[in-house]
Amino acid sequence: MIFSFDLLINAIVSGILIGAFYAAVTAGVSISFGILDIVNIAHPAFIILGSYIAYIINITFGLDPILTSIVVTPAFYALGAGIYQIYYVSFEKRGQESLRGLAFFFGLLFITEVTLVLYFGVDYRYVEAPYIGPTLHFAFLDIPLRILVPSLVSLLLIAVLQLLLTRTFVGRAIMAVAQDQYALKLMAVDPIRIKRIAFGISIATASLAGAFLIIIQPVEPSVGREYIGRVFAICVLGGMGSLPGTVIAAMLVGVVESLTSTFYGPSWAPAVSFGFLLLTLAVRPAGLLGR
Amino acid sequence: MRTDLFFLICLVVGGAVFAAAIALGNDYYFFAGYVVLQYVVLSTAWNILGGYCGYVNFGSAAFFALGAYSTVAMHKLAPVPIPVLVVIGGLVSGVVGFGMGYLTLRLRGAFFAIATLALAVVLQTLIVNWDFVGGSRGAYIVRPEAIAPFGSYIKYLFLIMMLLAVGAITVARLIERSRLGYGFATIRDDELAAEACGVPTLTLKLIATTISGGLMGMAGAPFPYYIGFLQPSSAFGLDYAVNSIAMPLIGGTTSWVGPLIGAILLGSLQQIATVTISSAVNLLIVGFLLVGFVIVAPNGIVGLVDAYVRRRVGQVGRRHVKADAPKPTPGHAP
Repeated sequence: MIFSFDLLINAIVSGILIGAFYAAVTAGVSISFGILDIVNIAHPAFIILGSYIAYIINITFGLDPILTSIVVTPAFYALGAGIYQIYYVSFEKRGQESLRGLAFFFGLLFITEVTLVLYFGVDYRYVEAPYIGPTLHFAFLDIPLRILVPSLVSLLLIAVLQLLLTRTFVGRAIMAVAQDQYALKLMAVDPIRIKRIAFGISIATASLAGAFLIIIQPVEPSVGREYIGRVFAICVLGGMGSLPGTVIAAMLVGVVESLTSTFYGPSWAPAVSFGFLLLTLAVRPAGLLGR
Repeated sequence: MRTDLFFLICLVVGGAVFAAAIALGNDYYFFAGYVVLQYVVLSTAWNILGGYCGYVNFGSAAFFALGAYSTVAMHKLAPVPIPVLVVIGGLVSGVVGFGMGYLTLRLRGAFFAIATLALAVVLQTLIVNWDFVGGSRGAYIVRPEAIAPFGSYIKYLFLIMMLLAVGAITVARLIERSRLGYGFATIRDDELAAEACGVPTLTLKLIATTISGGLMGMAGAPFPYYIGFLQPSSAFGLDYAVNSIAMPLIGGTTSWVGPLIGAILLGSLQQIATVTISSAVNLLIVGFLLVGFVIVAPNGIVGLVDAYVRRRVGQVGRRHVKADAPKPTPGHAP
């Protein structure tokens, strides 16, 4: 293979952009798994659900997918809060979250996926928007708008989440619940309520991530499974619940994946995140910016 | 009951089922029965790690597929009889299980679960890119029409799977009643306390992962002969992963009976539903049953039966036992 400088630069740039999108996909897991210790492996399934909602609204009303996803975040928030309530009552309260809680989320993942298959089939679906198609050219560098736009909005989303977590009362309470929920109780804050809000926020981000996903690539119900390994690898690598760490880790994974698929072929890309996950767990389980 | 006696009884029951299937005189029962028995092995294997130690393995399909693909590879290299293939499949999956466990089991349980999920994706990537075993196109294994004493080949496969199921159940029961099983139970109940008491938790977990993975590989080894045409998407099917979790959890995870009941019930139900409704709908049913059971009946069918028996006995005088149990403090889980 002839080494090509243009190819390398293009791969790195698109890796960084895709990485920003991965950060948005992982943000929800960073909150639920990283901060709340809830191993929500169904998160990618909710992302696919978000994709399909954006798709339905887009083909029936022609609405912009990102706008749609922002509009439906309250519904996803309510869904997340509801799921947390069931999870809390059935598993956390009884101290059974390690085995049955995991199985519960696995069941949710499965139900969501099979239901989508039953309604929409396994055909790939895609959306229409003005920024899907055109590409920016800088010398030899090509940046498709369909990747650039979701990446920028992703970074905006992460910034908003970070401000929410560090500057508001609820956000600080969420960080506190991760450290010591009994201490929080002594401050007259209901830890369960805070966790419910946090989990709701985490699922609400899935709506946006779903819209980004269907803008970047066509979606079918089982696409979510590829993201399970990826999001958890990024979450662990980034340092469990640190959003800046998540962004760095996501970009790292994005760049390595992009280089792998450019130089070895796209069919090898899924192995990258697994390699990262095992490497992180073996070498530095606390992640890059671990707390 | 002694283990050898138990093993004999299992063999007799297995033989009776085999004889009954022959008496029915329709090869369909062997094809359907094979799948159910395969699930008995898979769910029993899952339960050795999941039910006894409390570590969730989402990658059953990966271990199963490893067994199946080691058969395909052997088929290309040197055709050997199926019992040998079963041993090879078991070894390959056992070694991979050990490696996975070694890398992830020293950390919290959730990491192991996530790593197994990712393992399935990565192994599928490897198989898809590996042309020797057919790659993404798949591989044909021509099943011989007949084999010496059995008549049709499917009877032979059925018998092998029956022996595997009997073997798996015996191993599970043996573990349950041995020092090993008590060690596993301490890990499940409170790993930190077990560690503090000098239980070699990592060694025990590695033993469980290896046995569990090996059994899954053994279940997968005859599969290419059963299906005739193996492709990555069928070997790594999500239904193996979800069924081998759903069956023990619906049956009950604390003893060998649970996975057996779960596999027979759910396996037969799915065979019937696949023929009468559709395979997508029956997977949906499994999903709902799984979620419903973990919420409503955390100890599965065995737990429900236990509770029922206890209630009947309780009328004689032990009613206070449950009512006085202290309420667990919210969120103060290990």
